[in-house]
Amino acid sequence: MATRPTTRTDKVPTVEHRFFELIPPGLNIDFVGLRFKMLLVSWTLILIGLVSIYLHGGLNYGIDFAGGTMVHVKFAASTPTGDIRGALSRPELREVVVQDVGQGGKEFQIRVLGAAEGGSTAIADAIKTGLRDKFGEGTYDVLRVETVGPKVGKDLWRDATLAVLAATLVMATYIALRFELRFGIGAAVALVHDVLITLGALSIANMEFDLTTVAALLTVVGYSVHDTVIVSDRIRENMRKMRREGLATIMNLSINETLSRTLITSGTAILVTAALFVLGGTVIHSFAFALLVGFVVGTYSSIYVASPIVLYLEGRKSPR
Amino acid sequence: MSRSVLYRVLLFVVLTAATVVFLVPTFIRPAPAFWPWRQPVRLGLDLQGGTHLLYGVDIEQAIDNTVDRHVRDLERELHDAQIGAVTAEREGRTVRIRLANKDKRQEVIDLVKERFPTLTVSPSQDAEADLALTLDQREAKRIRDNVVDQALKIIRNRIDQFGVAEPTVQAQGTDEIVVQLPGIQDPQRAKELIGKTALLEFKLVATGPQAGTPEHPGPGVQVLYGKGDAGGRRAYLVERRTLMTGDVLTDASVRPGTATEGMAVDFVLDARGTKLFGEISSANVGRNLAIVLDNYVESAPTIREPITGGRGQITGRFDFAEAQDLANVLRNGALPAPLKLIEERTVGPSLGQDSIRKGVLSFVVGSALVVAFMLVYYRGGGVVADAALLLNVLFLVGAFAAFGFTLSLPGIAGIVLTIGMAVDANVLILERIREELRLGKTPRAAIETGYERAWYAIRDSNVTTFCSGLILFQFGTGPVRGFAVTLCLGILTSLLTGVFGTRVVYDLLVSRRRLTTVSV
Repeated sequence: MATRPTTRTDKVPTVEHRFFELIPPGLNIDFVGLRFKMLLVSWTLILIGLVSIYLHGGLNYGIDFAGGTMVHVKFAASTPTGDIRGALSRPELREVVVQDVGQGGKEFQIRVLGAAEGGSTAIADAIKTGLRDKFGEGTYDVLRVETVGPKVGKDLWRDATLAVLAATLVMATYIALRFELRFGIGAAVALVHDVLITLGALSIANMEFDLTTVAALLTVVGYSVHDTVIVSDRIRENMRKMRREGLATIMNLSINETLSRTLITSGTAILVTAALFVLGGTVIHSFAFALLVGFVVGTYSSIYVASPIVLYLEGRKSPR
Repeated sequence: MSRSVLYRVLLFVVLTAATVVFLVPTFIRPAPAFWPWRQPVRLGLDLQGGTHLLYGVDIEQAIDNTVDRHVRDLERELHDAQIGAVTAEREGRTVRIRLANKDKRQEVIDLVKERFPTLTVSPSQDAEADLALTLDQREAKRIRDNVVDQALKIIRNRIDQFGVAEPTVQAQGTDEIVVQLPGIQDPQRAKELIGKTALLEFKLVATGPQAGTPEHPGPGVQVLYGKGDAGGRRAYLVERRTLMTGDVLTDASVRPGTATEGMAVDFVLDARGTKLFGEISSANVGRNLAIVLDNYVESAPTIREPITGGRGQITGRFDFAEAQDLANVLRNGALPAPLKLIEERTVGPSLGQDSIRKGVLSFVVGSALVVAFMLVYYRGGGVVADAALLLNVLFLVGAFAAFGFTLSLPGIAGIVLTIGMAVDANVLILERIREELRLGKTPRAAIETGYERAWYAIRDSNVTTFCSGLILFQFGTGPVRGFAVTLCLGILTSLLTGVFGTRVVYDLLVSRRRLTTVSV
């Protein structure tokens, strides 16, 4: 890493360029050779996520998907979750989920899943009454009240799945048209990989899965292709330059050459997403979380998933 | 400065000036009186607090209602034509007419053909049988096409007269209506106002032995409930036949009644209604006329004398708000179909404020990190990229103000995200320039090749993100849509400032002197 200013000389061709670099040029990591180990890593991550989803009995659905009522409250003082559960043990309320959303034990989301037909607000009213009776007016602030009917959730499930699949397909088609079919397939597999791992991470962190989380997944699908494009673009360029070399060699060279820009472009996106996750507040917490995980996994997958798939489809063994 | 560079510099100067014009009302309140643009950036309900209601319109019920209305009108017409002793009833989408006198069959068919062109007489196998009328398929389609628009118009009027600042009433999908009420935290009254079908009917209270009892109503008599004298609920026996409906009303207003009666609602009838009401009241002096709203008897005053002035009054022990809302729904007419509340979301004002604060904080910290990184890593190139970034945010927010898009919390998140993604183009270009410089090219050539080669990757990666933004827009509603809009707009402004804009700076540098070095 050199930070000295560029040396000034008059003879242009001999200018020595020194840049501030995190990844030195001429780096040669054998990414392609690592692909089988990384395949294991990917599968392990996906499996852990799926097991977590299975053990939790599905994702932690918000009322957008399950239908039901959510009341978001903020107490003036830190309040034990048990006290809130106690306040809500009323005959008209069954299966109340009280979730501390991590603001020093002051903010909670109270959810009752499964909506009454006809968009009744009886549940929301019962929750408000329960809180008022136990804690008294003025000790807390009702930030949000949401009630969603049962039909919305079912439609949403279908729409969300379709949207994510459609996005994946569009990305794959675009890449296939711009580059080659196998690059498109590689990109699609990488995207499915990213979505699965992100879903698993949402489950492990017990993050709520709602409408904005789906938005985050779609964004991940759109943005993860970004790195794949950078690498594929270079592979294509190098393939033209070095017709003699095997694909594995070209691929390794291309990944190494573009590594610094892959890491920096993803890095800046991850940086701002981290800011959203830490500072953005509870409303977009799971949204920012899904983006954060998705971007990190997306960067990894463009190197270790998309390219190896292309290589595999080439049907040639890597010359090692 | 070459001409091409000059034009491009001018373009950015003009764009920046325009953006400032659009943004001043958002940041300086009130904007100076002479300022040409007045509209600040619209904030979503999640940022300003308020209530979001999503209603489903029961479109098929609207068709049933139309058939019902035809049945009522038909009964009246038959009665007026003195065909007598016939009943009309709706069975599904079919109107069945039972004739007391079979000779009148042709007469009824003629009447239907003349007065009810949208009903078709089904050819019956049996000439002796009842008449079956069905609603025209084209008419059914016309109703399906128009019902949401009609409902929208009526709700809009009701909400406008309810008095909320900047409400939004919009259709969503094929059969849904979104109502957004900024600043409303307790939507109970608004919900009652919007959800009320408000079908007003005038029916005679049944008298004599024909009426029967509430347990066993007589023929042609039905039981409806209404407010009892001592509060509570009481049953009314009313004749099934509707004499007049609320569609003949032209106006309704609140009038203070007596202490025992509470508030009253006055209504004014149109010419047809005046004539009809005159006839009804003349023929039934001394009887009680039930004023029925959505099958609930509001009041059943005695007709003391013929009412020919086209005015009437409903007294039902209303308080002021009730009377006001009743007058409101009567003025604006009945909904063509019942509405079902599907979704209700209320955001308190404190959360909205908090979200704005946190969104802005994430923005400031996120962009500070990115700006600092670019400066440290690319130095001169970083300065140019950061300047482009600043302009990018300005254009993006300016576009929200100019086009009247609604900024939601996910929208703010989208702006923050745009910061992180916008510099990608600059990173790709600068990395490529570095690469070319390493190969020993002159700065001028390196810049040239850098932009040219990096463009393919920039284009492809932005097209893909843009596509996912479009899909997201299709999929999402409300705040999620706000995010999709930000994402797509952000890509456009990023390309404009990050690629096109920075190129102007480098072209300027290159044109000014014989460039020996370039700081990237």
